[in-house]
Amino acid sequence: MGINYLYPPFEIIRNQDRCIACRVCERQCANLVHHYDEDKKRMTADESLCVNCHRCVSLCPTRALKIVKTDHTFKENANWKTEVIEDIYRQAQSGGVLLASMGTPKEYPVYWDKMLINASQVTNPSIDPLREPMETRTYLGKKSAKITRDGEGRIITSTTGQLKLDIPIMFSAMSYGSISYNAHKSLAMAASELGTFYNTGEGGLHKDFYQYGKNTIVQVASGRFGVHPEYLNAGAAIEIKMGQGAKPGIGGHLPGSKIGEDISATRMIPLHADAISPAPHHDIYSIEDLRQLVYALKEATRYTKPVIVKVAAVHNISAIASGIARSGADIIAIDGFRGGTGAAPARIRDNVGIPIELALASVDQRLRQEGIRGNVSLVVGGSIRSSSDVIKAIALGADAVYIATSALVALGCHLCRTCHSGKCNWGIATQNPELVKRLNPEVGSQHLVNLLTAWNHEIKEMMGGMGINSIEALKGNRLMLRGIALHETELKILGIAHAGQ
Amino acid sequence: MKRIYVNEMWCLGCHLCEYYCAYANSGIQDMVKALKDKQIQARITVEQRGTISFAVNCRHCTEPLCIKSCIAGAITSKDGVIVIDQSRCVLCYSCIMACPYGALMPAREGVMQKCELCTTNSQGQPACIQGCPNKAIVFEER
Amino acid sequence: MDGCHQRIPLEGAFRNSSGCAISGIIDRSGKRFTAREAITSISVMHDRSNGLGGGFAGYGIYPEYKDYTALHIFYYSSEAKRACETFLEEHFDLINLSKIPTKKHPAITDVPLIWRYFVTALPTKLSFSQLDEDEYTARCVIRINREIEGAYVFSSGKDMGVFKAVGFPEDVGEFYMLDEYEGYSWTVHGRYPTNTPGWWGGSHPFSLLSYSVVHNGEISSYDANRRYIEMYGYACTLQTDTEVITYMIDYLHRRMGLTLEEVSHVLAAPFWSTIEQKEPKEREEYSYLRNTFASMLITGPFSIILGFKGGLMALNDRLKLRSLVAAEKAGRVYFASEEAAIRVIEPEPDRLWYPSGGKAVIVTLDSMQEGEEHGHQLSVSAL
Repeated sequence: MGINYLYPPFEIIRNQDRCIACRVCERQCANLVHHYDEDKKRMTADESLCVNCHRCVSLCPTRALKIVKTDHTFKENANWKTEVIEDIYRQAQSGGVLLASMGTPKEYPVYWDKMLINASQVTNPSIDPLREPMETRTYLGKKSAKITRDGEGRIITSTTGQLKLDIPIMFSAMSYGSISYNAHKSLAMAASELGTFYNTGEGGLHKDFYQYGKNTIVQVASGRFGVHPEYLNAGAAIEIKMGQGAKPGIGGHLPGSKIGEDISATRMIPLHADAISPAPHHDIYSIEDLRQLVYALKEATRYTKPVIVKVAAVHNISAIASGIARSGADIIAIDGFRGGTGAAPARIRDNVGIPIELALASVDQRLRQEGIRGNVSLVVGGSIRSSSDVIKAIALGADAVYIATSALVALGCHLCRTCHSGKCNWGIATQNPELVKRLNPEVGSQHLVNLLTAWNHEIKEMMGGMGINSIEALKGNRLMLRGIALHETELKILGIAHAGQ
Repeated sequence: MKRIYVNEMWCLGCHLCEYYCAYANSGIQDMVKALKDKQIQARITVEQRGTISFAVNCRHCTEPLCIKSCIAGAITSKDGVIVIDQSRCVLCYSCIMACPYGALMPAREGVMQKCELCTTNSQGQPACIQGCPNKAIVFEER
Repeated sequence: MDGCHQRIPLEGAFRNSSGCAISGIIDRSGKRFTAREAITSISVMHDRSNGLGGGFAGYGIYPEYKDYTALHIFYYSSEAKRACETFLEEHFDLINLSKIPTKKHPAITDVPLIWRYFVTALPTKLSFSQLDEDEYTARCVIRINREIEGAYVFSSGKDMGVFKAVGFPEDVGEFYMLDEYEGYSWTVHGRYPTNTPGWWGGSHPFSLLSYSVVHNGEISSYDANRRYIEMYGYACTLQTDTEVITYMIDYLHRRMGLTLEEVSHVLAAPFWSTIEQKEPKEREEYSYLRNTFASMLITGPFSIILGFKGGLMALNDRLKLRSLVAAEKAGRVYFASEEAAIRVIEPEPDRLWYPSGGKAVIVTLDSMQEGEEHGHQLSVSAL
């Protein structure tokens, strides 16, 4: 076995005075951390197996448990930090690419936290959402460029497909496979109740979920898993996934171990075969190819459904977005580099792409400069964590936002970032039936509905404070934002003034 | 009448319901004090085989065989809730023989005990419901 | 915009908000009258202004030049005037030019050069540009205002003119000797800016082509509106609400061909809950307009009076967060921020009412054909 250079990162602190040895920790840990010592008549733990997911901590009825970071240390070194050294040990042992999950934990600037929101004082009134209507309804899709009238002079009101959102927040793509059946069901149920949309991700649509079709966005990704005419027509919109914020430029890999019967049927691939999504779409090597796919999908759905093109935020994102806006797509979704993933090479997740705030600001500005902002709606994702992030995104120019990590956290995810292990103790990122059943969709969907209802209340409060009573008057309203502790270039890209200006 | 129902689809076999039940019926304020180092005597039991688990407690039958079988008249129906007067129980085990669910069991005090929907303790509503982490146990009218 | 005049930042260098007084009168018979009543009306609302801006728009005032665009221009230097006139000569036939007559007034100081030109687009240039005449003129005006430092076109319509200055509006009226002009409608504005340097161009009405807007309020949707309308070639150099509102009206009415009523359904769109209660056909139209022009919805308090060729339109924000009163007497219709400002010139109107929030009141000359203004018009009696 050789020498193990890695010391467990966590310690499990059990207050033996409080532990009643009910063994729920033992029963609920898929990593087999806890066990009952018959001789000593007490619980013990092997912390080397612990991923710090808090399942045991949350279920312990007497709060006898907590997980702490170990104080075991290397000799302090600002350059060769603990994780740097440990990654080298791991790779020296395995010879492999380091895998990671969820959004990057690295300390990059979070621009949401460096923007402040305005409010009315004296010269115009704030509006009380409890007393006055406060509208958060949003339509996504291409806006007509000119008015046409019939013989009687009435405006012809036909539009290409539009998505109607009661709140400007949608659940972004997470495939059935990367997350569980019950997680998917929770999202579908919540989207229906909230009047918004969830996204199948690239794994096809389970036959049970066709009933949620009018609140579903079906995705077409490079692997084309589960894509067939019925699927394309099942949803309210189709999303072409060109990239993902957490891993721009690479594809995906769902290991065969996760391809059980249901997933195999849904994805239309053999049982236990690895599902590998190529890095690019092999029929899209350029923008004109994208246009062909956009129209192929429109043809397949008889021009009734808007087409979304989802791209990762990369350096020349505004030029890319400009190209997409002219490709026939109705909606552009941009995924920032802090966005989550079920599995990605750690180096890519932590180093490739740009923050969504900057990508959004530059894309919105670029599309306006070119006079084509009305051609498309903009949806952004990649770590939208709260209602104030939503407000800031819309004020920068987004039509709506995508959330995924926030939704998973509402379902119980504790961001332990070991989705790729397949042993999610919260029943989210796993296909093990024993673990999947831990997420009761009735409970899960209620949490999601609660979360977005709460956010919507907060959005309305903040809008009212600004004297804005319709979300469309907030869109691109950058005067409502001020930067704090940002330098000139950042302010210029964000298109906002500094606080005090 | 509202009864306790269990959906085995969501029962995780975590056994927390048993502990919350034992605590609720212990009459002690502190869970640790009530349960630490004790063999618990819960009125709900998780039945488990393989990957299926299922918490079982009194069904509060409309035609309760336990009442019929009780030789001491200790078991009665109070507005549909089947309760046991432990002062009258003579520990003949007739009810155990009669109940098809195994919902009655001896208590530590040497008499029988059963789920009384937490109507006789200070919980207000069944503790197993509140303690279930996955809403597998529900208390509802059906 | 021009660095010639001010120590503190100029209008347009920052976002400027103001409270205000507005008033408007129209004689539907087309009978022309002087600005005297407008002056009297606005003077009642003296306290709603603070002396940092006032102005008038009169329609039907240049009948002898009614086919020519009347450009009113402020110059802050003779270089600016030379540069601007060179530009004008390159793009227009100048039919007549003169200083706009003014009278010295103790309260009106720092007076720039104020010139008036009656022009028509050079036919060769116009056809080369492949634009219609209005669009050609509008682009020239926007270009002068953006590019020629020290020159500012503040009126560019036909048979109409804007007269504005830094001062109280009643003084501005005297300064421009508006007793000597006669028009079929007048609007007037008194400004209460919260942080203005007091630049003449920044006073209101704001005007483009024959549209002029007087506005009271501070809109919270400003930057959403501005960033959207700037996609279509407009440059919001003044950063005022009135400017962006005028551009949106120009875009929707002139360029998109919406009727003024439809324009009001965009700018002050009803709430979705209200739209949903309408008859199916109407509901579709309202939804379509609101969705298509979502970024032109105005939120926050405003009351505006739009002057256009042959009429006036008064519009409140949909919550009616600013006062606006309307009245009617014989062939005349009055609008003002306060009832007193109407009563002072018409003590006994036949009818006086407070238009509901978001509901446009559109008044046109009797001589205008039904639908002459791109389709369906409400006559005031139908309201």
